Amino acid sequence: MNPALITVLLATSILALTACKKTALPSAERQAAVSLLNVSYDPTREFYVDINEAFKKQWQAKHGGSIEIKQSHGGSGKQARSVIDGLEADVVTLALAGDIDVLHKEAGLLEKDWQSQLAYHSAPYTSTIVFGVRRGNPKGIKDWGDLVHPGVQVITPNPKTSGGARWNYLAAWAWAENFFSKDEAKVLEYMKNLFKNVPVLDTGARGSTSTFAQRKIGDVFLSWENEAYLIEKEFPGQTQVIYPSLSILAEPPVAVVAKNAKKHGTTALAQVYLQFLYTDEAQLLAGKHFYRPRNPQIAEKFLVQLPAIPMVTIDADFGSWGQAQKTHFDDGGTFDQIYSAK
Amino acid sequence: MANLQATTESKPVRALLIGLALIVLSLFLFLPLLAVFAEALRRGWEVFFASLTEDAARSAIKLTLLTAGIAVPLNTLFGLSAAWLVTKYRFKGRAFLISLIDLPFAVSPVIAGLVWIMIFGAKGWLPPSRMTELLAPLAALAAQAASNESIGGLFEGAAAWLADPKIVFAVPGIIIATVFVTFPFVARELIPLMESQGSDQEEAAVTLGAGGWRIFWRVTLPNIKWGLLYGVLLCNARAMGEFGAVSVVSGHIRGQTNTLPLHIEVLYNEYQFSAAFACATLLALLALLTLGLKSVVEQLSGPPQN
Repeated sequence: MNPALITVLLATSILALTACKKTALPSAERQAAVSLLNVSYDPTREFYVDINEAFKKQWQAKHGGSIEIKQSHGGSGKQARSVIDGLEADVVTLALAGDIDVLHKEAGLLEKDWQSQLAYHSAPYTSTIVFGVRRGNPKGIKDWGDLVHPGVQVITPNPKTSGGARWNYLAAWAWAENFFSKDEAKVLEYMKNLFKNVPVLDTGARGSTSTFAQRKIGDVFLSWENEAYLIEKEFPGQTQVIYPSLSILAEPPVAVVAKNAKKHGTTALAQVYLQFLYTDEAQLLAGKHFYRPRNPQIAEKFLVQLPAIPMVTIDADFGSWGQAQKTHFDDGGTFDQIYSAK
Repeated sequence: MANLQATTESKPVRALLIGLALIVLSLFLFLPLLAVFAEALRRGWEVFFASLTEDAARSAIKLTLLTAGIAVPLNTLFGLSAAWLVTKYRFKGRAFLISLIDLPFAVSPVIAGLVWIMIFGAKGWLPPSRMTELLAPLAALAAQAASNESIGGLFEGAAAWLADPKIVFAVPGIIIATVFVTFPFVARELIPLMESQGSDQEEAAVTLGAGGWRIFWRVTLPNIKWGLLYGVLLCNARAMGEFGAVSVVSGHIRGQTNTLPLHIEVLYNEYQFSAAFACATLLALLALLTLGLKSVVEQLSGPPQN
């Protein structure tokens, strides 16, 4: 009996070792072909699948040879953390500038002025924050003021971990500041009431989407515009998009992670890849996935779907991401004040 | 009385208890399993097979098999030697060692992943830059071996890795995390078994003049083979199904560092429910296979011990 058992054990180990060798070899070959790792945030999954396909085609037509673009997705803050911890991204395409700033501050992975290296503050597409409601809008939600009514359940992720949630928070704040003519006590009161109506804080935008669309919790869903349209597509006839009277211009930026790209010898490819996002082809894809194209002519084509609404901006209304982060989301910021006082 | 009954409960009580057990079983075990298969096949066999054979799924399956293929034999060896050490010898710190073996069970999988980031992450104790320095002599050797015409091919992979030794957010980290999490399965299965068997037979073998290896192959191993096999099965099931620890160290690069459980999560989050559940059926089938093998093992191991 025992020889049989021994044989089995040995065979398994040998199999494992050969499997190891087999996978090790092709991966070494793969490294010879150029490969790029794009570390991105949650809602861009589908968009970058299309972008990568288009970019590869264009690259091959121009230069020949094959390239490979790998994707990794997750909450924007979490992804930034992974890159700092050693996830060797060649490019990052995150939800907000603050999450790329930390790559410079914490790990020196790119230059301090990364945001000035590409057009439009390195944000090739924009988005905004809208409301997703149940079909027919049974609670009659039209604007930010309706969200604090008793009995209205609001779904938003946690601003501490999610980029989208921070845009949500700032959009609500901007509306309240405008509505209460900058009376800070009233603004804080509004924000406190708003978060009283939030039954769950998911860690990322995708988690919140699932909470609202799939688990059917909540009456209104504060969401990236593209995510709100995506659930309309994925769960037809169940939800609809409402535009509030005022929202925020969300600029999800992109950057080459200089240190990693240099190490991999992919700097030039990474730059071309990010520049590709500004081409007509990519801008059209952005619109198709419900991001707002930067190119004005192309943006115009999507105006019916993505209408022009009044928006505040981070730089004009909140100073900068660094400042907004400090005032609102760092320990002891306004979010801690209103949420712990719940 | 021809029929001796061990229980004194009346028929209705028995029926009630059995009924309750059946309801709970079907609600909590059978229904979810059914849901997995039903959802997987909702869009037909074509979608089902397509989602198992697309690139990302194939790479996830490969990575899962590779991980289990390394973690299970390693932990089998470790479990055997640990159980042998702990049950056949008495030494200081033995009780402590036994509790230490259980550590991976006691620790949350998230922590089991994070510790490896703390050690091998870019800001950890042994960041890749430091590893490169430490491994430089080995890397040079491997590079030399790889440039050899006749045997070079064998060393290419090793040389490539040693030149840029990535652990976390790469395949080695996934394997290490899995080994850590599945550490105790074999040892835990063997220790009570070997404890209860005592060392009498081994001692008898020694008096008859058998050496260490011979005792192990001829006396110890035949006594524990079913326990060992059972431990290996459980270890394998966990190695293939582990989510938490692997999720932390993976970096979630599609087609590269996603194992099957991580791939399922990605698909689910992309609203590709049928594809997610198609991959889930693979894991479910594996669980069923493990259960089947387990009951075979139990049946085979039952009679001789009685």
